[in-house]
Amino acid sequence: MKRERIAKSTRSTWITLGIVVVAYVIMQILGQAGMLTSLVKGLLVPLCTYAIMAISLNLTVGILGELSLGHAGFMCVGAFSSAFFSLCMKETMAAGPRFFTALLIGIGAAALSGLLIGIPVLRLRGDYLAIVTLAFGEIIKNLVNVLYVGRDQEGFHFSMKDSIALGLGEDGKVLINGAQGITGTPKDSNFTVAVVLLLITLIVVLNLIHSRSGRAIMAIRDNRIAAESVGINITRYKLLAFSISAGLAGMAGVLYAHNLSTLAAQPKNFGYNMSIMILVYVVLGGIGNIRGSMIAAVILTLLPELLRELQDYRMLIYSIVLIVMMLFNWSPKAKEWREKYSLRRLVSKIAAKEEA
Amino acid sequence: MKKLVSLMLVLSMVAALLAGCGNKTAANNGAEAGTEGAANAEGTEDAAGGSAATGEGFRIGGIGPLTGGAAVYGIAVKNGAQLAVDEINAAGGINGTPIVFTFEDDEHDPEKAVNAYNTLKDWNMQLLMGTVTSGPCLAVAEETMNDNMFMLTPSGTAVECVQYDNAFRVCFSDPNQGGKSAEYIGTNKIASKVAVIYDSSDVYSSGIYAEFAKTAPEYGIEIVAAEAFTADNKTDFTIQLQKAKDGGAELVFLPIYYQEAALILSQANSMGFAPMFFGCDGLDGILSVEDFDPALAEGVMLLTPLVADENDKTRAFVAAYEEAYGETPIQFAANAYDAMYIIKAALEQSGVSAQMSASEICDLLKTAMTEVTVSGITGEMTWTADGEVNKEPKAVKIVDGAYTAM
Amino acid sequence: MSSFFTFLINGISLGSIYAIIALGYTMVYGIAKMLNFAHGDVIMVGSYMVFLSMGSLGLPPYLAVLLAIAVCTVLGITIEKIAYKPLRKASPLAVLITAIGVSYFLQNAALLLFGANTKMFTSVISLPAITLADGSINITGETQVTIVVCVIIMIALSLFIKKTKAGQAMLAVSEDKGAAELMGVNVNGTISLTFAIGSALAAVAGVLLCSAYPTLNPYTGSMPGIKAFTAAVFGGIGSIPGAFVGGILLGVIENLSKAYISSQLSDAIVFSVLIIVLLVKPTGILGKKLNEKV
Repeated sequence: MKRERIAKSTRSTWITLGIVVVAYVIMQILGQAGMLTSLVKGLLVPLCTYAIMAISLNLTVGILGELSLGHAGFMCVGAFSSAFFSLCMKETMAAGPRFFTALLIGIGAAALSGLLIGIPVLRLRGDYLAIVTLAFGEIIKNLVNVLYVGRDQEGFHFSMKDSIALGLGEDGKVLINGAQGITGTPKDSNFTVAVVLLLITLIVVLNLIHSRSGRAIMAIRDNRIAAESVGINITRYKLLAFSISAGLAGMAGVLYAHNLSTLAAQPKNFGYNMSIMILVYVVLGGIGNIRGSMIAAVILTLLPELLRELQDYRMLIYSIVLIVMMLFNWSPKAKEWREKYSLRRLVSKIAAKEEA
Repeated sequence: MKKLVSLMLVLSMVAALLAGCGNKTAANNGAEAGTEGAANAEGTEDAAGGSAATGEGFRIGGIGPLTGGAAVYGIAVKNGAQLAVDEINAAGGINGTPIVFTFEDDEHDPEKAVNAYNTLKDWNMQLLMGTVTSGPCLAVAEETMNDNMFMLTPSGTAVECVQYDNAFRVCFSDPNQGGKSAEYIGTNKIASKVAVIYDSSDVYSSGIYAEFAKTAPEYGIEIVAAEAFTADNKTDFTIQLQKAKDGGAELVFLPIYYQEAALILSQANSMGFAPMFFGCDGLDGILSVEDFDPALAEGVMLLTPLVADENDKTRAFVAAYEEAYGETPIQFAANAYDAMYIIKAALEQSGVSAQMSASEICDLLKTAMTEVTVSGITGEMTWTADGEVNKEPKAVKIVDGAYTAM
Repeated sequence: MSSFFTFLINGISLGSIYAIIALGYTMVYGIAKMLNFAHGDVIMVGSYMVFLSMGSLGLPPYLAVLLAIAVCTVLGITIEKIAYKPLRKASPLAVLITAIGVSYFLQNAALLLFGANTKMFTSVISLPAITLADGSINITGETQVTIVVCVIIMIALSLFIKKTKAGQAMLAVSEDKGAAELMGVNVNGTISLTFAIGSALAAVAGVLLCSAYPTLNPYTGSMPGIKAFTAAVFGGIGSIPGAFVGGILLGVIENLSKAYISSQLSDAIVFSVLIIVLLVKPTGILGKKLNEKV
């Protein structure tokens, strides 16, 4: 019985990884054959970025069972720390090792901030944790917007006021320019890198879920008191899951930052809007369902682009589709309806008829 | 598994919806006829290198925010450009070739702007008129440089927007405006004690402020208060105004957009604080805010590219815009209107044909742009190879509810 | 010193608006256990209603406000019926996401209907300003009305919940939905009533917000909405006095930090204070202590 269950989970892991690899191969073949439109080509990296974000948030929301509304904050930390590094090292390092180091820096910085915010905050429950993470995301965005960093021959200069306060020398260059953020990040990420990172994310998260630690984390989610009473160290496992989740979000941030030449913390990309958007992927794909959240992220990122033909009505239709999808996926009545007309049932009905 | 099935179902539903509505929009929009055919044909060939010649005209794309908080600027640019396109086409096009113009939404987000750019590339765009806002413009400029696609931004003010040789702009750059403002205030001895209220979360506003603060001492201007607000915190400006008042400011410099400025003027009025106000092109449009009491803006000075009442040309533009869209144009619309005529002038100068690829057109236009002189509604303009425009900002003052040249 | 009072009073005035919006959040949360992210956009709809009925229909201010309240109430009930009710038995997160969908819908519908252009809102309040201390302190009519209206709403709502049968039903539903149903409380009706009251309050908040800060565009409501949500949590979500205290405190902290620390960093300061408060009192200032059932 036990072996069977493990076999099943392993198979599911392989299927999930297989989907990504197959999608990658198909896209590569189509790309080589010149069958991809520029839009699709440009979307490949963002799709992976948001899939990673969705998976990493699902670790917090679905597996750990805590609501986080500040996930974009971790992405922001990863994006800015890595982009800053890459910009400094633009001339002195080759692209490969530079991106690898930037990746480690981004993941490290985000995981560290996850740990720091997690220690005091994970004591809170439910919606209170949600609002604190939301606050954290907004604080990060606000701080990044007033951060000025420059470099001249004397070294680095920091300011929280404006670029004049940096007092740069003649040859000085402003690296992080407040609201304008970082301009000129090298474009080091590409589809292959993005897919490799997505696979790493999947392997990390799926292995964690199926490990001893993962079971402990889910035990905390299902019943904290019972878990504590059997000797599970609540704080440790919560922090473990939360900082891994933050680190993965940081990784998505690195990917994001190295795909665009410009990086600025705006409400649109690193504010609560983005955190909520990621949450939408998770909930729509199924809370705790890693594969589902990945697919939902892909669909919902593609949707507004596919709706471009609607012009002015694009975002209106998008919001309606979102509501309808939610109702269809979650409402008990729709669930009944779906059970009644599900493919599997139809198939088994037909099979039963044939047998008779 | 069930979830998956349902997702697929919903997706197919969306696809059906798309197919239905897609046809309708294409049919409604005359300028866009043929879009679908091109979209179907593009799969066979890589659009990045050279766009297929379609023979129906110059395909010009535009990018800007049509939804989201910055929508008002994107919509103005779209309308202004469309107006110019219609006029040019009605007058026989560019050397007899008409313009086909389409505009994509970027939601004021760099990533979405790149998506919009790629969508336009799939549509076989030959030149880009955009993007409207600075942040997205920086991201798109990187792409156009790689593709060697000519771009002319009507209103991307950040310095780096035109850092590559394929990019030009119609508007002034941020430092240019900040410096010019300080110069104007200083040399005309308008005030010596100045307070600044700016949006520290906005590229445009913080860019102008930075240059203004740097240049101000040269002209004997003392900045007595430099107060910021952010995109998340822009309802109550009484604190900033109070600090300007306490600092003894004779003039408040507002390098911000007119929506916030309208709020600032009305709050200053209700607190009984009446300094002089001075702004940049972002303030233009303040008088056309619906139900705005022009008395609040009496005496406000601004540097703007467009003076609606300046001459017959500007009056004709304003009248045509009002007739077509039912509202008074803001300077974004004027810049976009000029942008189309600039593209026309440059295309005629270089003698390109609509059969050329985007890259070939770009190479020819790079030189042509430095050779043309365009006398548009925002003034007489020439360009240098670094992409910056040479034109004089006009200082205007609001007197009796109308912009009056100073 | 006089400027300190000006900052303080402006903070209280802004805080009162946050408080009225927060009341809507907190009531809905108490009853339906959901974060109604579309609440901020109902505010925007209410403001547009007043703007249009005063501008295009030429109605007097009080009629315009009444019309806006009626429209928002109907809107609130409709949203609840269409988008939230089918999901009542689903995960609270699902309803949260639907609420976000509704929020996008309202914003984009407003963008199409009313245009992206900012409108200047004519204040519905024509009370003269009070000047104190030889004109150095100036309290506008809007500020006075906002504070007074906020206090009245606060008291009326508390009385309504304590004294009326419908109010008691709301309390019962928020304590235990199942038990309330068994005791014969009309749960569906009570939830609808909560949404109706919350949305009517949103209309009032919208009118006050736009009278005090007179610009209006399709995104006017979203930012005060989030701030008010923060205020509701600050004070202890689910608690009506908590929403009041949280709203006022948030407004005051925001304004004073803008005035005395940094106008650039005031968002960060407000949210840092929130985090600290929640760490000390995990359920907010006036929140109830949660007893855990084992």
